[in-house]
Amino acid sequence: MRRLLLGAIIPVSFLIIWEGSSQAGLLTLESLSRPSDILVAGYAALRDGSLMLATLQTCETALLGLAIAAVAGIGVGAILGLLPTAERIAGPTIEALRPIPAIAFMPLALMVFGFGVRLEASIVAYACIWPILIVTVSAVRAVEGRLLEVAAVLELPLWKRMTKIVLPAAFARINVGLRVAAAISLVVAITVEIVLNPRGLGYRLILAQQSLQVGLMWAQILWLCVLGYVLNLVLSHLGRGPAAIWRPL
Amino acid sequence: MQPLRKDVVAARAGAEAPSALSIRNLAVRFGARTILNAINLDIREGEFLCIVGSSGSGKTTLLRVLAGLARPAEGAVLFEGTEISGPSRDRAIIFQDYSKALLPWRTVHGNVALSLEARNVPAGERNAVIEKLLAKMGLSQAQEQFPGQLSGGMQQRVQIARCLAQEPKLLLMDEPFGALDAMTRQTLQDEILQLAAERRITTVFITHDLEEAIYLGDRVIVLGQSPATIITSIEIELPRPRSQLTTREDSRFLAYRHRLFEMLAHESPPDQSRGQS
Repeated sequence: MRRLLLGAIIPVSFLIIWEGSSQAGLLTLESLSRPSDILVAGYAALRDGSLMLATLQTCETALLGLAIAAVAGIGVGAILGLLPTAERIAGPTIEALRPIPAIAFMPLALMVFGFGVRLEASIVAYACIWPILIVTVSAVRAVEGRLLEVAAVLELPLWKRMTKIVLPAAFARINVGLRVAAAISLVVAITVEIVLNPRGLGYRLILAQQSLQVGLMWAQILWLCVLGYVLNLVLSHLGRGPAAIWRPL
Repeated sequence: MQPLRKDVVAARAGAEAPSALSIRNLAVRFGARTILNAINLDIREGEFLCIVGSSGSGKTTLLRVLAGLARPAEGAVLFEGTEISGPSRDRAIIFQDYSKALLPWRTVHGNVALSLEARNVPAGERNAVIEKLLAKMGLSQAQEQFPGQLSGGMQQRVQIARCLAQEPKLLLMDEPFGALDAMTRQTLQDEILQLAAERRITTVFITHDLEEAIYLGDRVIVLGQSPATIITSIEIELPRPRSQLTTREDSRFLAYRHRLFEMLAHESPPDQSRGQS
């Protein structure tokens, strides 16, 4: 509680100064609105459901893209991590594809998918797969060699070796990649919405700006703040799954 | 190469007395280094064989070859008449570093279950088998605990239970009690003797502790470093069941110890204290 209060000092005093100087006419920038206006606009958007709908659309697409990236990234990463030859074959291709900014694929994805969820999710997936893939490769390589020998002596087939030994052993590290990717997924989803896709929070944001509803625009930016915070909280809790149990080691 | 092939053929044809394991002219090299050379050894069905040698004498490498985890450069190992080409559930190996060999995210129960999952034992039948094994190993109270929460001795018990759950025909043990305190070691020595006797599993046990080797073994093999091969093989004719008190006070026990100690002391002077540990 005390920590919460201490942490609130800066944002609260900032808001008070902001509101006060706007009221006093010291701050006349059109782009800055006032905290009280932002609050009113935000409350209205919450009440009519438009903010919630946009949030759902954005989260849904970001999560879909993230899920695709997780399945593909962990799957491919585990194979590359286990088989050095596969890594040598695929490595150069990965290094060539990885630096391409996901956003650059927007025109292409638009031609292939048209507007909508698939356009956005595909770009999110492209952006998210790399951190997951790279972390998984190194996580799988770092799995204790003894455990692989135990698997070999038990004659576990490749699939069981993966699901029973390699992936649980690598989980704690893979989870780091997932968290990084989750943050990226939100950024990319909103970017695609601002630039191209007429749905979700990003689209609402650019719409508010273009119709000069500065208060609403600010309300949505602050809402994104909250969203990002919650997302990080959820992810760091997920990370305490099986990993927390073997931390004592 | 020629004589080796003849040996292999002879063993396959069953021309010799039945042995669980035959090592024929085995050599193992890491790069230019010869770890093991010209190893010839037959292990009888149900025998408890102990291998001693100073550190670096290739004991562990030999065991890994028997497990199928390392490949020979020359020669062959026949298990029940068939050449070993890789790891198998029939040959369980108990590693010294139990904390690395257990799955830290699974409970004691779950670690033992792994062997049954590997054998495709139906889920409904697993519990009964696991509980019996855990009771046998004195782990019933700990079955819902994770390896990291257990003492070293308990963790090694879990590894033994998991190996028994794979129902091996051969038990390979690589200094399994080396990292444990003296009291725990003695208790586990007696438990493993009892298990081996009950189940009649052929066992190969590696140790650098001469007394442990004599106490446990039907036979003790000494591996030397130069040359990296078997220097001697001593049949241990001490009555079974053995007892920590009377067996270790037996004059024959002390005579075996004396012989083996001298042999190892001559083999590698800088390392002689190891035989005493």
